[in-house]
Amino acid sequence: MYVAVKGGERAIDNAHTWLTEERRGDTAVAELGTDQIREQMSLAVNRVMAEGSLYDPDLAALAIKQARGDLIEAIFLIRAYRTTLPRIGTSEPVDTGAMACDRRISATFKDVPGGQVLGPTFDYTHRLLDFKLAADGEVPETPQAEASGADMPRVTEYLNRDGLIQSEPESDETPPDMTRQPMEYPANRALRLQALTRGDEGFVLSMAYSTQRGYAKNHPFVGELRIGAVAVEMDIPELGFAIEIGEITLTECETVNQFTGSKTEPPQFTRGYGLVFGQTERKAISMALVDRALRWEELGEDNLGAPAQDEEFVLSHADNIQATGFLEHIKLPHCVDFQSELELVRRIRADVDNAAMKEAAE
Amino acid sequence: MTEKTDTARRARMGLVAKAPPARLAALMAGVEVPGFDWLRAPEVGGVMVRGRMGGTGAPFNLGEMTVTRCALRLATGEVGHGYVQGRDKAHAERAALVDALMQTDRAEAVQAQVLDPLAEAALTAKATRAAKAAATKVDFFTMVRGED
Repeated sequence: MYVAVKGGERAIDNAHTWLTEERRGDTAVAELGTDQIREQMSLAVNRVMAEGSLYDPDLAALAIKQARGDLIEAIFLIRAYRTTLPRIGTSEPVDTGAMACDRRISATFKDVPGGQVLGPTFDYTHRLLDFKLAADGEVPETPQAEASGADMPRVTEYLNRDGLIQSEPESDETPPDMTRQPMEYPANRALRLQALTRGDEGFVLSMAYSTQRGYAKNHPFVGELRIGAVAVEMDIPELGFAIEIGEITLTECETVNQFTGSKTEPPQFTRGYGLVFGQTERKAISMALVDRALRWEELGEDNLGAPAQDEEFVLSHADNIQATGFLEHIKLPHCVDFQSELELVRRIRADVDNAAMKEAAE
Repeated sequence: MTEKTDTARRARMGLVAKAPPARLAALMAGVEVPGFDWLRAPEVGGVMVRGRMGGTGAPFNLGEMTVTRCALRLATGEVGHGYVQGRDKAHAERAALVDALMQTDRAEAVQAQVLDPLAEAALTAKATRAAKAAATKVDFFTMVRGED
């Protein structure tokens, strides 16, 4: 039961004013600019763009500042802003094969054409705190080498040439859009991928990890992981042709998974796919593993009852804004609800006491 | 419009859309801007970006990006369109002005003063990044190979 109440305006105003002061912190310390967040907290910015489902580094940086670094709160701000934007159109599907790769590695083929390119990675760092960062801002000059300019073909294309991996059916079918229509189950793969790419990194990571630990194991290898810039093209009706309207950084992960074959399919490798805004490789790998686990039915695998195979469980709990909205609402006043619960418990206890007294009297 | 001019227009609109707004503004400062009327005042919106399953398969919706667009008509009649990434209305306006001016007899000047420097800067930026990536390319040496 809901009861409208009034009051608390002054308390709320004062709480917000204090929030503003606390956000700023010690004024003797220089204020953080949103450009500093954009440039120096770029992986946080990338996460907010990916899960906020809106590619705009300046807005993501502003949201992080406003949210005092609480990334889920920042994602919430971006999602709220996103709903105010008129939809101008839809891009052509981006061509990740033409990506200008900062990073491109394969765990399955050592001598992959185009080479293993590490890029600006945390891998192979010692994970020791670097106190120099607290002391000065000196940046060493990054070495450069002559770029071959050679194509970086997809690793899965090699396997595909020999028919050793399931091919990805070509299609130009318009995909469903969960921001326009409510989610429906069973969801097709396009809808699942949309939900996963904007899903909470921690949740998708844990789901992926559960498959590695044995809950619907699918033996993944990272066939290829690439990070870099791709052009975004959109058809402009008033011009009658498509133009590039911008360039975005994406992380793409293709897994190669074991598949022993089914009644209709010979033994071959299968695929999981992850594609996420920004440099977000933990998320992209996680997404690929969960995508693969959710494909059990179309691949003719058994439902082992594992959480990562249950698309309704995965997709309806992946969104951290939905989750936090429902979770955090229980801290808002529920006095009337609670009053009725309190009365109920008192009545039951009274009944129990009465029954006990009666029993003792008999 | 012929196919060839479409291709050229496509290329320059893409170049201007991807240019750093401050750089475009600096280059445009040297260009005399004629009077114009808005056909569509600058408007910020979202474009749904799509990807493909496995990079090559069926499309899916990846997420939106902010885009600003506008359209204008020069006093001399040429119509220019601007579609740029982000929320910078002045960037969209400059993009539309370049598009319109490139249809006038001042095309050559705009090409030399604005588009050529932008193209060169874009190439340099891309090459520098590619060179940094190339320096992180792994060379393998087989130390020991396990036999049977």
